[in-house]
Amino acid sequence: MTAAAIRLEAARLRAAFEAAGALPVECDILQPSEILLDLYGEDIRARAYTTADPARGEVMLRPDFTVPVVQMHMARAAEPARYTYAGEVFRRQEDFPDRTPEYLQVGYELFDRTNAAEADAEVFALIHAQLHDLNLRAATGDIGILTAAVAGLDTSDRRRAALMRHIWRPRRFRALLDRFSGKAPVPPSRAALLASDTPLAFNGEQIGLREPEEIAARVQALRDDAAEPPLSRDQVALIDAVLNVRETCDYAVEHLRDIAVDLPAIQPAVETLDARCDALAGHGVTLSEVQFEGSYGRTTLEYYDGFVFGFSDPARPDLPPVATGGRYDALTRQLGGGGSIPAVGGVIRPDILLTLRGLA
Amino acid sequence: MTVKLGVPSKGRLMEKTFDWFAARGVTLARTGSDREYAGAVSGVEGVDLVLLSAGEIPRELAAGRIHLGVTGTDLIREKLVQWDQKVEPMAELGFGHADLIVAVPNAWVDVDTLDDLDAAAAAFRARHGFRMRIATKYHRLVRDYLRNGGVADYQLVDSQGATEGTVKNLTAEAIADITSSGETLRANHLKVLAEEPVLRSQATLFRSRTAPLDESEREAQRALIATLGLR
Repeated sequence: MTAAAIRLEAARLRAAFEAAGALPVECDILQPSEILLDLYGEDIRARAYTTADPARGEVMLRPDFTVPVVQMHMARAAEPARYTYAGEVFRRQEDFPDRTPEYLQVGYELFDRTNAAEADAEVFALIHAQLHDLNLRAATGDIGILTAAVAGLDTSDRRRAALMRHIWRPRRFRALLDRFSGKAPVPPSRAALLASDTPLAFNGEQIGLREPEEIAARVQALRDDAAEPPLSRDQVALIDAVLNVRETCDYAVEHLRDIAVDLPAIQPAVETLDARCDALAGHGVTLSEVQFEGSYGRTTLEYYDGFVFGFSDPARPDLPPVATGGRYDALTRQLGGGGSIPAVGGVIRPDILLTLRGLA
Repeated sequence: MTVKLGVPSKGRLMEKTFDWFAARGVTLARTGSDREYAGAVSGVEGVDLVLLSAGEIPRELAAGRIHLGVTGTDLIREKLVQWDQKVEPMAELGFGHADLIVAVPNAWVDVDTLDDLDAAAAAFRARHGFRMRIATKYHRLVRDYLRNGGVADYQLVDSQGATEGTVKNLTAEAIADITSSGETLRANHLKVLAEEPVLRSQATLFRSRTAPLDESEREAQRALIATLGLR
């Protein structure tokens, strides 16, 4: 497959998105790394290329368009707004050296505060329509249901906040559940600290920026946590039930409604899902052909906080998904300088699309 | 042509490597003046000694410019992506022991595990407005380790030397570095986390999986490996 063919396909996709009402935009390849690091943490360095500029400081080759498009929109502030773009993104591939580290992405981003379900469905259906000739598996999820489940747990604010912070790190999330529920033993160092009458006694030299009162506050937090009853097995089982939902969209809503009987905090999020399913059907999507997975989207970039989706070819597990996307309301708040707007978007990889069409 | 054996070019690592080979009947020696990095091999035929900085040996092995090389496991793992597809460890040489560890101030009585470190990092960021800084030169290894350990809200800051001093100098809150005895850590008011280290390293003989071998080189490498008593 030639670079020219991929570029042509990218232009065709962008024209299709323009025809759907999107404004074409361009973004710089070099992005200030500080914003990306603040959003994603140190892990982004393993995924993005960093380089140094004597005047601008550290910069990254854009790992995606979402962040610059959000910044552009927040500065412009006309709404609702639809944008499209086509261009290279750069991702380090340490774990998959055979995958290309630079490829084209064509995206469609929708900023709209009127009807989230309708916006989700518009983006999904538009991307779906570009891929209709292929036999792809469409998978969806909803991070909002998981965050609602955590927010509704019968435990302390501190434990809920710790779980919320690690929603996108499944293993760490599990370790926290095990600790809070008493399934994992208390580490010996912590047991000793909690048993001590003078846990803060320290005679050595105090060095570094972290001050004694910060240490004292953490010890107090550990004591408070130890005094709390363990998170009940039933509560853990409810989280597991949400994570283990794997059905087509139409059945997933029913299944989650059952879970909501015992975990009423997820009820509004389940109704959001139901409204989205209706909107998808309204856009001509066949719900029995779309999978819903309770844990889908937890290991992607962590700005997605609601609807998430991906399209991939089940016959080609060696390839990354041909299209992905999701809702990122919180990102607009973080980048918005006081403002925020609900937003959802998705991207297609024209190179994967052509490979799947056998035009490679 | 000949089989090329890369060995650290100076210091205790070179001397101990020479000793290890000598104990197995292969004599390695530097030739020429003290400043010239040339060497000779006796005890086996068809092997050339290449003296290199220990830090360059991983790259030379991966590129196939040397067939065998002695260096630390830490350097192989840090510098080579998918190291096990590029080199094969043949023998641990029993010296150059060092653990790559994470250390925090002794005063942090509340931090002994990665779980603690993560909680402290979250609180630190909330209070100080930036991510907790960990000074290291082993960026890839430490990042993988902290990701697997579920630590967030930290940043790695580069430190190519005197890393133990960064906390006192207020350029980092914690460090990740190689330690053998722990004395430097103690002298700098730091303690090692009570976790498995990031890596246990020692001087190791590696074989390149990429270096081409003709028939005579293959024979010479087989003879060297047999003389050394490996397989």
